Amino acid sequence: MTAAVVVDGVTKIFNRGRPDEVLALTDVGLTVGDGEFVSLIGPSGCGKSTLLRLIADLIPPTTGTVTVAGRPAGQARRDQEYGIAFQQAGLFEWRTVRRNVELPLELRGAGRAERRARAEEMLDLVGLADFAGHYPGQLSGGMQQRVAIARALAVRPPLLLMDEPFGALDEMTRERLQSELLGIRATTGTSTVFVTHSISEAVFLSDRVVVMSARPGRITAAIEVALPSRDEAGRQSPVFFEKITEVRQALRGTPAPITAEA
Amino acid sequence: MRTLLRVLPPVLTGIVAVVLWELTVTLGRIAPFILPAPSAIWRELLVQRGNVAEAALASGANALAGLVAGSVLAILAALLASRSRILGEVSVPFAAVINALPIIALAPILNNMFESTSSVPRRLVTAIVVFFPVFLNLLRGLREVDPIHQELMHAYAAGGWTFARKVRLPGALPHLFTGLRQASSLAVIAAVVAEYFGGLQDGLGSRITSAAAFTAYPRAWAFVVGACLLGLTFYLVTLLLERLAMPWRQRLIA
Repeated sequence: MTAAVVVDGVTKIFNRGRPDEVLALTDVGLTVGDGEFVSLIGPSGCGKSTLLRLIADLIPPTTGTVTVAGRPAGQARRDQEYGIAFQQAGLFEWRTVRRNVELPLELRGAGRAERRARAEEMLDLVGLADFAGHYPGQLSGGMQQRVAIARALAVRPPLLLMDEPFGALDEMTRERLQSELLGIRATTGTSTVFVTHSISEAVFLSDRVVVMSARPGRITAAIEVALPSRDEAGRQSPVFFEKITEVRQALRGTPAPITAEA
Repeated sequence: MRTLLRVLPPVLTGIVAVVLWELTVTLGRIAPFILPAPSAIWRELLVQRGNVAEAALASGANALAGLVAGSVLAILAALLASRSRILGEVSVPFAAVINALPIIALAPILNNMFESTSSVPRRLVTAIVVFFPVFLNLLRGLREVDPIHQELMHAYAAGGWTFARKVRLPGALPHLFTGLRQASSLAVIAAVVAEYFGGLQDGLGSRITSAAAFTAYPRAWAFVVGACLLGLTFYLVTLLLERLAMPWRQRLIA
């Protein structure tokens, strides 16, 4: 199995050399396999979002290397090797839903017909084909988040980076979108790095839950999850609850830092 | 039905206010040089409608020319100032100085700089008055970019120009129109007031002063009404443009 993401010996210090210097991440190693779904979970300030931003090359690491799809993270970003979604949908209110989804394709120089076809396809995937002509302001929060996911998927990236994408949604919408995300992943085979602070969400979605702790931010455990099925029955299965307990204990305990390798 | 419900209250308020005004003036025996009755103003407006329209057209042309010139300059300046931090920091106090220029002091000087048949001084005054609100609002809009949009465009590896065109500019449109709305009314006021200080006397300002000088107060008020209608027209056209430019905003007056 080739690796979608390799994070090797990464340390991140913000405001280096200043009085407000912060050690956000220390000696982090993480490998995400091709097609694997990995969740990052931990208390606030553990650096899980920072780690995601490092993978996305939105910020540079202080030391260490980040490799995405076999390339340095910066190169991978320029090649649009990943799609990204945040807690806020971050849609452009002056563009219709369709044109929001088209934006990454537009920036890639895709032709009008291709853009349109792809946008329709992605909106279909998230169940919003009927809302292509609407403006984001006319949609509910959950629908906006689905548009953001469609946009992240628009360039068919091999990697999907998500920073608490369902964090601002109610429980019902959240569970529905989780199932949708799994369905999308099943059809596209996209590798995913998913930041969350919900234990059940992490266990339900992931092949592997990476547990982090704060001050300094580091990886403390990696828990493999193999649910019998990723549906309602999966949510009721004993394995699901066992894994939730395991993650919870990992979050509470403070064992020596280990690195998580696939 | 909904528009009717929205339009009705202000219209009714206006009618009540005019009736109260009329009653106060006639029953209170207020001298016409203090406050003429609306009916007298209305009669004068009908008699003078040709002159009012002509003067309004002249002032309107000045206001429009100044508004367009001042806005274009302000937009260019804001685009430039938003491109670099240093330029932005230098330009804001500079714009504040322009804003602090009293048009009352400036108009006579400008009038002396040009021929007495020239419309340029009034337009210049208007352009200067218009510049500040447009510049400042647009600059704020250009600088306030949603951090998520910033990260997204960075993730898409979008260049500076693409970012400006696809995110900064459309994102700043609401701010631009806030500035233009203020500027549109200011432009009319400036174009009218500039005439009080000499220069070519063919607009509403000179008609108001000359009517007042002849103690023809209802006539002066008729021209004031004309100025008011002109300002309102400018404001409404700006609102309409705003709506056309930003179809994603549903309400007319945000």
